[in-house]
Amino acid sequence: MTTQPHTSTAGPPGDISQMSYAGPVVAFENVYKIYGKGESEVRALDGVSLEINAGDFVAVMGPSGSGKSTCMNILGCLDVPTSGRHLFKGVNVSDLDRDQRALLRRHFLGFVFQGFNLLARTTALENLELPLIYRRIDKKTRREMAMEALRVVGLTGREHHTPAELSGGQQQRVAIARAIVTRPSLLLADEPTGNLDSARSHEIMELLTKFNREQGLTVILVTHEEDIAAFANRRIDFRDGKIQRQTDTRKVG
Amino acid sequence: MFTNTLLMCLREIRRNLLRSGLTVLGIIIGVAAVIVIVTLGAGTTKQVQEEIGKMGSNMLVLSPGGERRMGGAATTSAPFDLADLTAIRREVNALSGATPVNMRPMQVVIGNENRRVNIMGTDNDFSTVRNWKVTEGRLFMPSELKSGKAVCIIGETIKKDMFAGQSPLGATLRIAKVTCNVIGVLEAKGQAMFGGDQDEIIAVPIGMFQRRLSGKPNVDSIYISANSEGEIAEAKAEVEKLMKERRNTGEDGQVDFNVRDMKEVSNMVQSTTGVLTGFLSAIAAVSLLVGGIGIMNIMLVSVTERTREIGIRMAIGATEREVLLQFLVEAAMLSAFGGLAGITLGLLGAAALAPVLNVPFTLQFSTVFTAFAFSAMVGVVFGFMPARRAARLDPIEALRHE
Repeated sequence: MTTQPHTSTAGPPGDISQMSYAGPVVAFENVYKIYGKGESEVRALDGVSLEINAGDFVAVMGPSGSGKSTCMNILGCLDVPTSGRHLFKGVNVSDLDRDQRALLRRHFLGFVFQGFNLLARTTALENLELPLIYRRIDKKTRREMAMEALRVVGLTGREHHTPAELSGGQQQRVAIARAIVTRPSLLLADEPTGNLDSARSHEIMELLTKFNREQGLTVILVTHEEDIAAFANRRIDFRDGKIQRQTDTRKVG
Repeated sequence: MFTNTLLMCLREIRRNLLRSGLTVLGIIIGVAAVIVIVTLGAGTTKQVQEEIGKMGSNMLVLSPGGERRMGGAATTSAPFDLADLTAIRREVNALSGATPVNMRPMQVVIGNENRRVNIMGTDNDFSTVRNWKVTEGRLFMPSELKSGKAVCIIGETIKKDMFAGQSPLGATLRIAKVTCNVIGVLEAKGQAMFGGDQDEIIAVPIGMFQRRLSGKPNVDSIYISANSEGEIAEAKAEVEKLMKERRNTGEDGQVDFNVRDMKEVSNMVQSTTGVLTGFLSAIAAVSLLVGGIGIMNIMLVSVTERTREIGIRMAIGATEREVLLQFLVEAAMLSAFGGLAGITLGLLGAAALAPVLNVPFTLQFSTVFTAFAFSAMVGVVFGFMPARRAARLDPIEALRHE
């Protein structure tokens, strides 16, 4: 278990995120997630195996109840499978305890939610600094990194606005900036455009595409909408807890 | 990280200023009450000690009546007389003075003013025994003492109230029905231990008291001062031995008088104030407890309200311990602020009350520090349960929370 993130805070956190692993970023090996027992048993995930490689831009689709939310929770290390193995950079996440999974999220994952989930009454800048605080990054560096992330998502000048003072699209861009400010290995976006109109949705998707293309950020996206899924270069369809179809939608050229 | 937590908590408290204020009201009141009580209690103790020092810590008081028995009625024992006083003066070596003190409130008339005043029948030795000087005029003359002449030495308050500050020397006043010449004014002594003005007094010769005011040849009590503090026990023993002989107490050891030294009195006063302080502090502690429960209550509400925030923090990578610490620090900070406010309020209250209650204001840093530490501790203890609840939240559920 040499690649397991250690709980000590010694050394710059960058060292941990530089941890190299040649295999897929994430792999599911025959993953089951079962709620309830006996007659009322629900198989949210029913023997799922998948691999996601560095640089992938994956759209996860499927009707509600198909298991895609459960899949995202496990991918986000917020939940563990009932059985099977969830490997993150070769580490079996099922073996980790709550705090170790928290550290994994802190150092490798970024989240974007449908409801933005920014801290209310807290400025954009402070929202961005939050994950950096947990990473024990000093105040000056933190400020610089947060300002840079805001610039990248095109919100320079809005750093002191609270979520209530920003439009939905702007809020989601702050959320994306918060997710990428730590330079994660994997970005999980759960219906990031679900609360936005189509113009804003496209802006958000272009932003995600840009990070995927330019920085090689691995993105997994849950969506209902075909045109949003079209931004991805891979598509996984879920139905009844199983993967129904995996499609390579990479555009030629 | 800890500074960040502190700042974060500070912001959270500021964000809900009114609610935070109301939450810590219990702590503020509790701490303020403790501070007021302890400060005034310490002031009283100090005052008593000072007063006993002023009175002369060498002083013994001989009064009739045996050791008080629980539940027993105060027995009427034979009073002393001037022969006892003479015997004490003659027989007891370790004393520097002994003086009779007959004290009784009586109607006093000066011009058309009329009030009840403590009349003290005594002789010149009261001045040395009680360390009480005459500032104007003079003490009694031997002839006045012998004949029981109607002269008096008045206390400062009588002079101020009834003579409008003018010199009362040579004036006359009436005690009961006896017209009396003022020959002196006593030095101001100020308030007595338990309130009451020591300067509202008129001293007359013991002979006059006996013959013309009370009509009985009694001496109610005898104040004795030992040569030095070291000789108190010796003087006490000698007086006891002498009085036993003179009062023919049998071998059964039943004595019908007692000799008290000022240490006993001082200890009595201190234990009384101690019990009182302890009792009031217990009440204050209950209010701190209630304050703590208030904090727990509001922190639980806060955790519920901020469930989504906790979910976000967990998704971002906060560990259980970090979430716990955040809420714990917030609770501790809240109650520590309450403690500070309570200390300020308590000290102000004590400073304001001290002159009203005639108690000196004494600032005790140990009290202030203990109150602060205790209030912060209340926050930690009562904040722990809500903080743990926050830390144990399931991030998925928390993120879904509306």
